[in-house]
Amino acid sequence: MSIAVVQETLTIEHRVLVPPGISGTVTAVSPEGEYRVEDTIAVVSGEQGETRLSLFHRWPVRKGRPYRSKALPNSLLITGQRVIDTLFPIAKGGSVAVPGGFGTGKTILQHALAKWCDAQVIIFIGCGERGNEMTDVLTEFPRIVDPRTGRPLMERTIMIANTSNMPVAAREASIYTGITMAEYYRDMGYHVAVMADSTSRWAEALRELSGRMEELPADEGFPSYLPTRLAEFYERAGMVETLGGREGSVSVIGSVSPPGGDFSEPVTQHSRRFVRGLWVLDRQLANARHYPAVSWLESYSEYVEDLGQWWESKGFPEWKSLRGEIMGLLQQENRLQQVVKLVGPDVLPDSQRIVLETCALFKNAFLQQDSFSPVDMFCPLEKQVKMLKLILLFHERGRRAIQKGATLVAVRGLTICRELMRMRQTVKNDEIEKLDRMAAELDRSMNELEARYERR
Amino acid sequence: MRKEYLTVENIVGPLMLVQEVSGVSFAEIAEIILPDGGIRHGQVLEINEDKALVQVFEGTSGLTPGEVRVKFLGKGLQLGLSRDIVGRMFNGFGRVIDGGPPIIPEKYSDVNGVPINPEARDYPNEFIQTGISTIDVLNTLVRGQKLPIFSGSGLPHSRLAAQIARQAKVLKTGEQFAVVFAAMGITFEEAQFFMNEFEKTGALERAVLFINLANDPPIERIAVPRMALTAAEYLAYELGMHILVILTDMTNYCEALREISAARKEVPSRRGYPGYLYTDLSMIYERAGRIKGKSGSITQMPILTMPEDDKTHPIPDLTGYITEGQILLSRMLHNEGIYPPVDVLPSLSRLKDKGIGKGKTREDHAGVMNQLYAAYAKGKAAKEIAVVLGESALTPLDIMYVKFSEQFEKEFIGQGEGENRDIIASLTIGWKLLGMLPATELKRVKQEFIDEYYPSKQL
Repeated sequence: MSIAVVQETLTIEHRVLVPPGISGTVTAVSPEGEYRVEDTIAVVSGEQGETRLSLFHRWPVRKGRPYRSKALPNSLLITGQRVIDTLFPIAKGGSVAVPGGFGTGKTILQHALAKWCDAQVIIFIGCGERGNEMTDVLTEFPRIVDPRTGRPLMERTIMIANTSNMPVAAREASIYTGITMAEYYRDMGYHVAVMADSTSRWAEALRELSGRMEELPADEGFPSYLPTRLAEFYERAGMVETLGGREGSVSVIGSVSPPGGDFSEPVTQHSRRFVRGLWVLDRQLANARHYPAVSWLESYSEYVEDLGQWWESKGFPEWKSLRGEIMGLLQQENRLQQVVKLVGPDVLPDSQRIVLETCALFKNAFLQQDSFSPVDMFCPLEKQVKMLKLILLFHERGRRAIQKGATLVAVRGLTICRELMRMRQTVKNDEIEKLDRMAAELDRSMNELEARYERR
Repeated sequence: MRKEYLTVENIVGPLMLVQEVSGVSFAEIAEIILPDGGIRHGQVLEINEDKALVQVFEGTSGLTPGEVRVKFLGKGLQLGLSRDIVGRMFNGFGRVIDGGPPIIPEKYSDVNGVPINPEARDYPNEFIQTGISTIDVLNTLVRGQKLPIFSGSGLPHSRLAAQIARQAKVLKTGEQFAVVFAAMGITFEEAQFFMNEFEKTGALERAVLFINLANDPPIERIAVPRMALTAAEYLAYELGMHILVILTDMTNYCEALREISAARKEVPSRRGYPGYLYTDLSMIYERAGRIKGKSGSITQMPILTMPEDDKTHPIPDLTGYITEGQILLSRMLHNEGIYPPVDVLPSLSRLKDKGIGKGKTREDHAGVMNQLYAAYAKGKAAKEIAVVLGESALTPLDIMYVKFSEQFEKEFIGQGEGENRDIIASLTIGWKLLGMLPATELKRVKQEFIDEYYPSKQL
């Protein structure tokens, strides 16, 4: 229950909560006005006697805050990142782990999510990471304008800074501090997203403390209770009905930094057991400067099934089938690439090379996203779906043209194809209808091409 | 008068257990007085009831329990600082070893430093021109960054570091760096190389050197980077100088850490390194940066040799997780005679995006960088196919890429040791090489820059 509201920032209304476990009748209420945080603003008398309520209350961070009931996550957490929203979506109240070796772009991805995801409150836990990255957020976020509210992003962001050279005991606690804050805002009825960067550093802090206490080590020196602790953390995510009857959610995105990029290490392995989505960052993609380097072959999201209806309700009923189609093509491309590695691309017939061509287009024009370009850094759902449709249309028409005798070189040579390559940069978010024109142009060029070959 | 304890119970490796002590604090420095009047130093590592475990910096050989006296000094490891440290040479314990007079300190600072609150930091975004194309264009270094060189034994990392120390400057101001140089467990010759280099270029007068050679006690090695960074922090944040810290070789430092950890009977983590290796390294690397309201800065360039050139070895791996990128040297390029043999694809500078572009370098910088990367990666991939199937299996476009990547290695990566290319010269070479590819292939560069810089075929 909330008893008062305070405008915390222009974006966030702080709803002052009655601490869980307190019940009874309100016997006194202070009038509206300005108060200090410790001032008593209401008195409740009930079974536990008389309780004075102030603007804050304390909560042990290691204990999850209670709620009335948990629901299954069924609405998308919009991130504006194409590879995530379209291919591997996360639901509000969901949990995802992001494993990746150093230099694969974990932090950039976390920052992009913190900037653009449509949660109302963002808790960013910098857990044992670089000091300059924290500074980056601190200097950049006040300047970036939240597209939904028109206010600086910092007004909805809480940062917990524990840089790598700060005490390990604090690092161990920082994760809990963050998730407790998230639950607190959830109880006010907000959708909260927690970014933990990185859970590996937290696990290492656990290991270090455990070592100092001379406990028996399990895998790689980590304490045997590591999986239990990880589970406790990720399970605090969820879509709930709060004690006050509101709807709120906590979504958790935890990055994992496996030593040597080796995903068989304990933190990655155990995290996988407790999350429903995995965005694997691939070293090879990062080396080729394909960002975000989310591997389309190894990543997965179990939320795809739950979210089909949500997309439908937003006017994109085709999303799930489009996604299935492109995933199928990517699988096919992977097999073909193995052949190409052995014998070269020349031996493949054009009907198969068009698959390679489509996937190359998809990777360049769709999967890659420039988090520093003002046009490309956030991609609305409508643009995502239209871009994907356009790419699949290219595939369909290209395949047909080749069947009718056109060569791949001719298909590739069309001016419209070059435009498709650049569409993520050239089509601004407020001129999405340009994509419709491009689709019409693609149809027209292909018709022309087909006609040319049919005449022969 | 401080108490002197005669109660040394036993000595194991570099560690000494002193009994019946009182009033001793953690990490306090102790003096160990030998029967012949000689003095060694140690630090308290552990206190258990009335027992203190002391780690002896100069080694414990020749010490006999019952004969040595131990005096606790009531303070942690400190370094005496003054303006005069510039141009001087110290050992790992902070003593002058160049034969000159001792330093008269203006202040003493704890060598462990304190973590900087991210709020107090200023974000590094000033481009540093090193005069090396692969760094300036592809892996831009900025002031306040920590950018390590991952190398292997036998590769020219020392020459590269010396070249950077010699050429580094900030574009507009033309300010040079003062250098703090910390040598950890390197050979006499390697240390001598750096000293000669600094002397030749006159950098020695602007350098502070901390030298711990391969045959010096490993325990002392642990203190070297901390001493060096304490000196750097003093020069940068109190005297407002721009400092380039070169730490070589971090692998030796970590080996020393492992040695001591084993002596302390700690539970080992990967490959016998202590579980706190990450934390320990971060306490060194994080001491780089800029602070709001202070004019000075600390830029760090640690060098480490990867055992067996293995990037997944704990030392390079954990380093990579802390530092803001890495410059990787390639044995293959070195064997082909290309200097500096920077392995472009896995190298990375995380802070580059904030330090390049219009007003800092040139507006087309980001596009050129991404395009060179992509084209080189494509060329290398095509080359691999050619190795298996012969060049005939390649499409004409692929052959263009292969030629590009070969030329790229020769002209762009390769440059002379004395060659100081400015950023415009490096970008020009980049465009010249991109000219080998059709303009339609340049998907990562904006059209307007292609129109302006793409070399036309007539040239």
